Amino acid sequence: MNQQVQSESPESAAPKMQISDEVMIQVIGMHKWYGEFHVLKDINLTVNKGERIVVCGPSGSGKSTMIRCINRLEEHQQGQIIVEGTELTSDLKHIEQIRKDVGMVFQHFNLFPHLTVLENLALAPIWVRKMPRKDAEEIGMKYLTRVKIPEQAKKYPGQLSGGQQQRVAIARSLCMSPRIMLFDEPTSALDPEMIKEVLDTMIELAEEGMTMICVTHEMGFAKTVANRVIFMDGGEIIEQNEPTEFFDNPQHERTQLFLSQILAH
Amino acid sequence: MESTQHYTPGTHPDLAPPPSTVGVRGWLVSNIFSSPLNIAVSLFILWLLYQIVPPFFHWAFFDAYWGTSRTDCPAEAGKRVGACWAFIDFWSRQLMYGRYPVAELWRINLSYVIFVISMVTLFIPKFRYKPWVGAFLLFIFPVICYYLYSGGSFGLPSIETPLWGGFSLTLVIAFTGIVASLPIGVVLALGRRSHMPIVKSLCVVFIEVVRGVPLITVLFMSSVMFPLFMPEGVNFDKLVRALVGVALFSAAYMAEAVRGGLQAIPRGQYEGAAAMGLGYWRMMILVILPQALKLVIPSIVSSFIGLFKDTTLVLIIGLFDFLGMAQLASTNPEWLGFSVEGYVFVAAGFWVCCFSMSRYSMALERKLETGHKR
Repeated sequence: MNQQVQSESPESAAPKMQISDEVMIQVIGMHKWYGEFHVLKDINLTVNKGERIVVCGPSGSGKSTMIRCINRLEEHQQGQIIVEGTELTSDLKHIEQIRKDVGMVFQHFNLFPHLTVLENLALAPIWVRKMPRKDAEEIGMKYLTRVKIPEQAKKYPGQLSGGQQQRVAIARSLCMSPRIMLFDEPTSALDPEMIKEVLDTMIELAEEGMTMICVTHEMGFAKTVANRVIFMDGGEIIEQNEPTEFFDNPQHERTQLFLSQILAH
Repeated sequence: MESTQHYTPGTHPDLAPPPSTVGVRGWLVSNIFSSPLNIAVSLFILWLLYQIVPPFFHWAFFDAYWGTSRTDCPAEAGKRVGACWAFIDFWSRQLMYGRYPVAELWRINLSYVIFVISMVTLFIPKFRYKPWVGAFLLFIFPVICYYLYSGGSFGLPSIETPLWGGFSLTLVIAFTGIVASLPIGVVLALGRRSHMPIVKSLCVVFIEVVRGVPLITVLFMSSVMFPLFMPEGVNFDKLVRALVGVALFSAAYMAEAVRGGLQAIPRGQYEGAAAMGLGYWRMMILVILPQALKLVIPSIVSSFIGLFKDTTLVLIIGLFDFLGMAQLASTNPEWLGFSVEGYVFVAAGFWVCCFSMSRYSMALERKLETGHKR
């Protein structure tokens, strides 16, 4: 079932945000293999500041793998990935520098179950940005309030619902003040009632101008928020376009097939 | 039978469950007397207990001879119907402290007092200095004990390690082994999972070699062969050699227990931590190891309990721990034939210590269980 998401200004598909010329991410001729299996083929992608990109495609098309290469959770074997001017290689310093500025939200939340929600949020600011504990906790509470669950601060992740956990995960990434956010199927593990609360949070983020790349099946979200939709299949980028064109006028037959399948009901 | 009154939908009150399914009666019905086979087994076990427990209690308590000297127990073995606890009472100082000079026993007692006070502070709920107490116990306390026990400085007379013995020696070896084996084991486990080939091979070789030999062999080799490899004149104390052997032996087992825990942590935890920019050691110490160690508390505590009992093997290199002293005492010409009392007493002592460790580990697990509180 598709989630129909209401935005503040239903008439515009790409709301208020300015997309600047500043290039945040550049992927040039990137290839990746898992052993013999060629999983990503000649990926070329440029992401400017303020863009909201939705990546869609069938299972196994490499969409998650591609965004995981951007913060080096996966390694690419050929080609270049340049994030905010820093090239991503096996140099640990570069990797850690990039990871400070690129936040990631996972399908299965990956919250730390042995820490309270507030401790989860404050962990990275304290140990990566070297903030004093008080300041880190203040920032944590600020973002926890942003995602509308400040009363959960002292609870453990296991005591929260899925939607709340994912919002904590989003807040946790935001505490590091990232300049880019990557979302890897953030709502795929959630019940339908909880999908809306997470998507609303992501829409607010988009409206505030966060550069984001979102792998998702929520096409309503794509229509509301994205300024570019990318379709991937078999490890290649098949088609990319702005949402209305993409959904109304798919060029490639594989895109047409995919859209017919997921927009069928 | 129970009445099955019908209520309109939405108004059914919460009723009490049927009596035969709850409470003591319910437990008896579902566990002990649930089927003919279970009834038969229950009766058989009750019969076994009846055969074993009352005679033991008679021997150990009701017919036992209490006292403080040899004359409190009948002289001939045939005339004795109960345990002679005078044996334990007479030798209690040696069983506790070995051959440590009586005049210096206060030093060992002082260390016990310091330890107990430190442990008590750890159990106070809101005590703010717990990390400091922990650091003190792990790093400073052993040094204090070393100087207290062996003397030779601060005006204390020197006591050579062969004189150490009894339960206090068991505690020294077990405490050192436990405190040393956990961090070394963690490092070995991390090393074994490392992607660096040399580190990984070294850890694998160490773990597999040490796990492949019995502790007796390790102790024997560390005691006899180690001095052969040392340059002339360099001589490590026998107890130190035993401590190193025990610590490294236990570390190998600890490494595998910890590695099991590390493997069980979902990849998402490693990724979530890495994606936030946490480096390898920060990720391990803040995120992965707390979860992994908590997962394998049963394995780790089993390892500690095993280590605690394995300390008895130091008899092979001429150190007399708790069990060794009991055996030594029972070979005394005046006290021949009381080895059973010795063994029973030592067994009871070990059981109390090991059971306490086991209960503590369960309490620790309950306290750390934050995952499924829904």
